[in-house]
Amino acid sequence: MLYREVGQFKTSYQSDQAIFTILQDRWFIALLLIVAFGVVPFLINDYFANAVLLPFLVYAMAAIGLNILTGYCGQLSLGTGAFLGVGAYSAFKMMTAFPELNLILVFLSSGLVTACVGMFFGLPSLRIKGFYLAVATLAAQFFIVWLFYRVPWFFNYNATGQISAPPREFLGVLITGPEAKPWATYLFALSFVTIFALLAKNLVRGRAGRAWMAIRDMDIAAEIIGIRPLQTKLMAFGISSFYVGIAGAMMFAVWLGAAEAGETFGIDQSFLVLFMIIIGGLGSILGSFLGAAFMVLMPILLKQAMVDGMGLAAVTAKHVEFIIMGVLIVFFLIVEPHGLARLWQITKEKLRLWPFPH
Amino acid sequence: MAFLFFMETVISGLLTGVMYSLVAIGFVLIFKASGVFNFAQGVLALFAGLTLVGLMENFGLPAWLAIIATIGVMIVLAWLIELLILRHLVNQEHIILFMATLGLAYILEGFGDIIWGSDVKVLDIGLPQGASDFLLDGYGLYVEKLEIVAAAIATILVIVLAIFFQKTRIGRALRAVADNHQAALSIGISLRTIWITVWSVAGVVALVAGVMWGSKSGIQFSLSLIALKALPVLILGGFTSIPGAIVGGLIIGVGEKVAEVYLGPFVGGAIENWFAYMLALVFLMFRPQGLFGDKIIERV
Repeated sequence: MLYREVGQFKTSYQSDQAIFTILQDRWFIALLLIVAFGVVPFLINDYFANAVLLPFLVYAMAAIGLNILTGYCGQLSLGTGAFLGVGAYSAFKMMTAFPELNLILVFLSSGLVTACVGMFFGLPSLRIKGFYLAVATLAAQFFIVWLFYRVPWFFNYNATGQISAPPREFLGVLITGPEAKPWATYLFALSFVTIFALLAKNLVRGRAGRAWMAIRDMDIAAEIIGIRPLQTKLMAFGISSFYVGIAGAMMFAVWLGAAEAGETFGIDQSFLVLFMIIIGGLGSILGSFLGAAFMVLMPILLKQAMVDGMGLAAVTAKHVEFIIMGVLIVFFLIVEPHGLARLWQITKEKLRLWPFPH
Repeated sequence: MAFLFFMETVISGLLTGVMYSLVAIGFVLIFKASGVFNFAQGVLALFAGLTLVGLMENFGLPAWLAIIATIGVMIVLAWLIELLILRHLVNQEHIILFMATLGLAYILEGFGDIIWGSDVKVLDIGLPQGASDFLLDGYGLYVEKLEIVAAAIATILVIVLAIFFQKTRIGRALRAVADNHQAALSIGISLRTIWITVWSVAGVVALVAGVMWGSKSGIQFSLSLIALKALPVLILGGFTSIPGAIVGGLIIGVGEKVAEVYLGPFVGGAIENWFAYMLALVFLMFRPQGLFGDKIIERV
């Protein structure tokens, strides 16, 4: 009785094509944005920003990127970790080479650099498919990480081989570097994620998104109805890498502040983002957010429960965490292979009928 | 002398390639029979190795008894995997099954570490160590005895597997399932039995791989990473072909060693990590289904 969608008639094309056609959704999103932009920055503290909010925003961005490629275009990629690295290293080079450059331009251009790299490694997708392609993207993963590790130009010839973010301001407020305030970094990342999530949502509803989905569902049939596989797949690789690259730049500059190729951008990172989109829901922008939230929050909660709650040793807790992660992943796949986004839909359907289920 | 050094490099590469093949065969077995891209194969090898060492150290079992017991454990594990995971995921997309094996990898890793501890363990079941005197004295070649043994065992394993697949009743059923699940079901082959069998066989292959790698460099976490080494072998040889896994393993092994020795110094070394993948990619450009894989025919 509480949740009704009936009676909302669309009387113009404009309202029919709105992103959120249902009034409740619009209210919900508006409320969420108001809280995220207007309330959270006042309550935020260092731990909360660095352990929960920033990882969530960064991974949500990366997950949207991978979801475009894997969820919408059907090209399985295991190179996300390396593409995050490309974003991070190009942000680093850009920030140190041109100290005066506007931060927004830094982030956008690291996205563009990553998009070019992603398109290059997407070229094999025209010949090979499925798991063969997944293994081929692993080539990108290992090669790029090796490159960042071996070629000193990428980390400006410093002795440690690490990169660390120099302090940079945006609109007079310090965003990067160790002195940056949590509310500033949070708002900066949040604005980026909000704008690009909106863009992605529109992209996948439009011509590009439909072409991707046609390729995903059956590429030969898509080719026959006039979709060009070359352009479509490369565009998916490019746009996906653009998102992942920006996520990588944010991860390095805004969240972590320092990074090392092998440690930060290893293959674990690729799997983590893949888990996010599978658990969140393949082919769903909402799912990318839900998956990122789940994978960021779960280890924190598990650790709290086991180390602080039950008093397990940290090492044992780490192993138990591994097992629980594995069990949860398998459990999710068995119970709901379409992810949290599908659960959200089911909840809505149930709500519509409640309290009279028949 | 240069030629001798080249020979040594090639032989060492070939023997490493055999080790890769051992892991790759486990992948191929499972992929053929169930279409599952089993990422947990490397962890399976680690788990088998850990169990073997654990049984020998903690219960003082002799090597042969511990090996038999470990095989038993691997079979029980296969049964559990079928019961708890695969059975519920019938008819799901390939990517879902692949993710499930990733989850399985996490579970096994945490489990093995909790039970047997996570420090590096020395595995000694009496395999010969050191350089082969015969080759060293006779021809001046330095070749590890252990690697020769590994090659011999791999050969035996492949022959046994070939006989098992070609001649036995259950082997034929396996090939039927690999060809077509539904047709196999309709002539009364139990998918469940087949899956348990395949995962058991893959577990035993993993045990062999675990023992070989473990004798070489100790049982440790990095053992699970050999799965990543086996992947280029797989795409090179084709996901569905056991001969492909062997030939692919040898090509990758030799290519990697030769490249590391002759090319590595010019680009800063440590190219082993990605060279195999690049090599496999180049092959893929010309043969998208791998060297020996089934030709992919697509219809709308």
